Amino acid sequence: MSDATTAVDARPLLELQGVVKRFGPVTALADGTLCCRPGSIHAVMGENGAGKSTLIKIMAGVLSPTEGIMRLDGREIAFSSPAEAQRHGVVCVFQELSLMPDLSVADNIGITAPPRRWGLIDRGAQLAEARRLLRLVGCDDIDGRERVRDLPLSRRQMVEIAKALGRKPRLLILDEATSALTADDVGRVVALLKRLRAEGMCILYISHRMHEIRELADECSVFANGRHVASFPFGSRTEDEIVRMMIGRPLSQMYPPKPPAPRVAPAPLLEARRLGWENRLRDVSLGVAAGEIVGLGGLDGQGQREFLLALFGCLSGVTGEIVMDGSPVSPRGPRTAKADPMRLALVPEDRKTEGLMLPMTVAENLSAATLSRWRRGPLIDNRRERQAIEEMQRRMQIKAVLDLPVATLSGGNQQKVAIGKWLMLGPRVLLLCDPTRGIDVGTKQEIYRLLRELADAGTAVLLYTTDYDELIGLCDRVAIFRDGHVVRTLEGDGITEEAILSGALAMGGADHGTERAA
Amino acid sequence: MSAHPASGIGLAVRHKLLPILAFVIFALMFGLYLLLQPHGIQTSVLVTASNKGALLALVAMAQTLPVLTGGIDLSVGAIVVLANCLASNLVNGTPAQIGLGVLAVLGTGVLAGAVNAMAVVVGRLQPIVATLATSTMFYGVSLLLRPSPGGEVDDDFASALTGDVWGVPVSLLLLIAVLGLLWWPFSRSVTGRGLFAVGSSDASAFMSGVPVGRARASAYLGAGLLAGMAGLLLTLIAESAQASAVQAGDFTLNSIAAVVIGGTSLFGGSGGLVGSVFGAFILRTIGDLLFVSAASPLWQPLFQGLILLGAVSLGALPLLRVRNRLELFR
Repeated sequence: MSDATTAVDARPLLELQGVVKRFGPVTALADGTLCCRPGSIHAVMGENGAGKSTLIKIMAGVLSPTEGIMRLDGREIAFSSPAEAQRHGVVCVFQELSLMPDLSVADNIGITAPPRRWGLIDRGAQLAEARRLLRLVGCDDIDGRERVRDLPLSRRQMVEIAKALGRKPRLLILDEATSALTADDVGRVVALLKRLRAEGMCILYISHRMHEIRELADECSVFANGRHVASFPFGSRTEDEIVRMMIGRPLSQMYPPKPPAPRVAPAPLLEARRLGWENRLRDVSLGVAAGEIVGLGGLDGQGQREFLLALFGCLSGVTGEIVMDGSPVSPRGPRTAKADPMRLALVPEDRKTEGLMLPMTVAENLSAATLSRWRRGPLIDNRRERQAIEEMQRRMQIKAVLDLPVATLSGGNQQKVAIGKWLMLGPRVLLLCDPTRGIDVGTKQEIYRLLRELADAGTAVLLYTTDYDELIGLCDRVAIFRDGHVVRTLEGDGITEEAILSGALAMGGADHGTERAA
Repeated sequence: MSAHPASGIGLAVRHKLLPILAFVIFALMFGLYLLLQPHGIQTSVLVTASNKGALLALVAMAQTLPVLTGGIDLSVGAIVVLANCLASNLVNGTPAQIGLGVLAVLGTGVLAGAVNAMAVVVGRLQPIVATLATSTMFYGVSLLLRPSPGGEVDDDFASALTGDVWGVPVSLLLLIAVLGLLWWPFSRSVTGRGLFAVGSSDASAFMSGVPVGRARASAYLGAGLLAGMAGLLLTLIAESAQASAVQAGDFTLNSIAAVVIGGTSLFGGSGGLVGSVFGAFILRTIGDLLFVSAASPLWQPLFQGLILLGAVSLGALPLLRVRNRLELFR
């Protein structure tokens, strides 16, 4: 490389000041402030929803900020597209990857600026370049001619990193870029990043894995609730202090009071015994009793979703046992899971695709899961159906005209419809997948109250949420998932943000597998 | 994944399995057809087969480009008919006039493609609806150009392009020329690869800085050009034209069938023009085979349908391995 890239100076490469991003009434980033210098690794930390992803997307040109200033080399700048950001040397390795599965590895690596001869892509040179970059990231074993589709996720992530390096970045952003990597690969990436830092590259490192940050970070910025909390040289604060900064908000009186914990643990109504599926669920044993709200915690995507889907019969090839009322059951799909005697209900994560039929009316959506109940002979009894729907509308306080498409409703009301649809079943067990994501505070409170009322009336509730507040405020018990295992179970006063975070992040020496048996 | 990288040939075969399969099926069928010929293999037999095959192959190639981007072009048949009607008016007279006429016909094809590209890329309409609408527009223009069947085409020009050179059908040479001089360089250009990238994952393509709009537009423009060529060839074979909505519809449906048989995924991202050529040849040969085997032509649609169903089933095999039932709906 030339002298320009090896020269290390302390002048900031990219600087963000008071960057704000709003999506309609929702503020995703309230105060984005960050300053990255060449030749250093800057760690960005924060909980889910702290605004990190929005911040990165703005830096990478995917989103344009609503307000605020971004400076590159001291000059004010605005990126209109990822391509433009890349031309300025800002390259991002996205968590959700930006590979095209049907193209070969080499094609992916050289997608925007392949070597050319007579205007056409020089495939030989492109393959050679891909090999060089793959060797750089320590993946000589990947064949550049292989289709990305045929590679396992961990290899794809390495290809993504090689692809980013091929853009000759000055600022390399890694957003959870190691989440799917094996320990070996992480070691290689860490070594590579150190080398690149020595060559003068500026690296922004976003990760939930404390030990990687410990090993790499020169500087650290903490975000909470869409705001920049503090930036400091890494090592100048203890990890406890960092965690407290990440929490950064008072626990409000949003939640209904919890009932006192029973002396004797009640017998579980629904119980999973050593549940396994592919490599996403490993030996998960967890039960929920009538009247209990059990939270599934941990970082996003550690198997919580798959656990709920397995209980609801959406996965095939599940190993282990599901026990209801003390006898084994085998749900073969939502139809058997929702029928007696199981009477399970699942409020899925994505209400727009799995929870609701958007073009259909509110009324049609509300009765969709329970149509056979309102039957008289082969036909649906419209009067009885309508009565039940109106009752549910009152109970859930859905502010909407029943005969308008559900797509016209606000997010909060849509979610009420998605939940109400399942309450019409009178479920014995209610499974919920992040039911308050992207919903206003008022509706959240209504949903919390509703869930507690349901539990008090004898429903067993299993709640997966990415919001730690909800785990603490709402749940009687919390199971922390990591890597498909339940690594920790917290109860009563033991449910604290510190305990959840340290379990989820494997901080403070919690990650020795000893608790897995618990 | 593989500690011992597969050989280049092995990988190429694995990635092009469906087109290779299509070629083998075609070769077997065509071989059988030649064997069953009552008078042995004659140039005239080859020329007729090639002309009919090349015609559908051009339409199938036109269809392949939008399909590779994850879209579809329901107007390719109508563009063929439009070009056919225009050519029956223009491809006549002095050599210069013929030349200009050919250019006008091809230009019209590109123009029609540009209308589709505008609707899909700039207007952001769904390709299936947008091209359904433009298809009717193009048919309407065809009717105005040729209200009643007929038309004149220069005889010498027609027989030159639909005849043979030393026993090799000219239409086959044209087809190879289109593949070699247009498709090969295009597929190795940045825009051409953008086409695959967009079809494979448009979000990733955008994130990677691929000119997404340009890649999509090029697909519809290319489809227009190739459909225009097909219309010209149709005119030279038939030496007349007819503004027929039924014919347009047949071309479109057969083109989609050929694309699928040739191994291009309807979800976009994988496949190519060569496979579609074999797909088109297979569809044509079914009819010829039934003809020489003296079976009733009434059997043809049934067999064509069975072959198509078989081809689509091959593509659906991976779904049997899906373990998360929700993924079946994605």
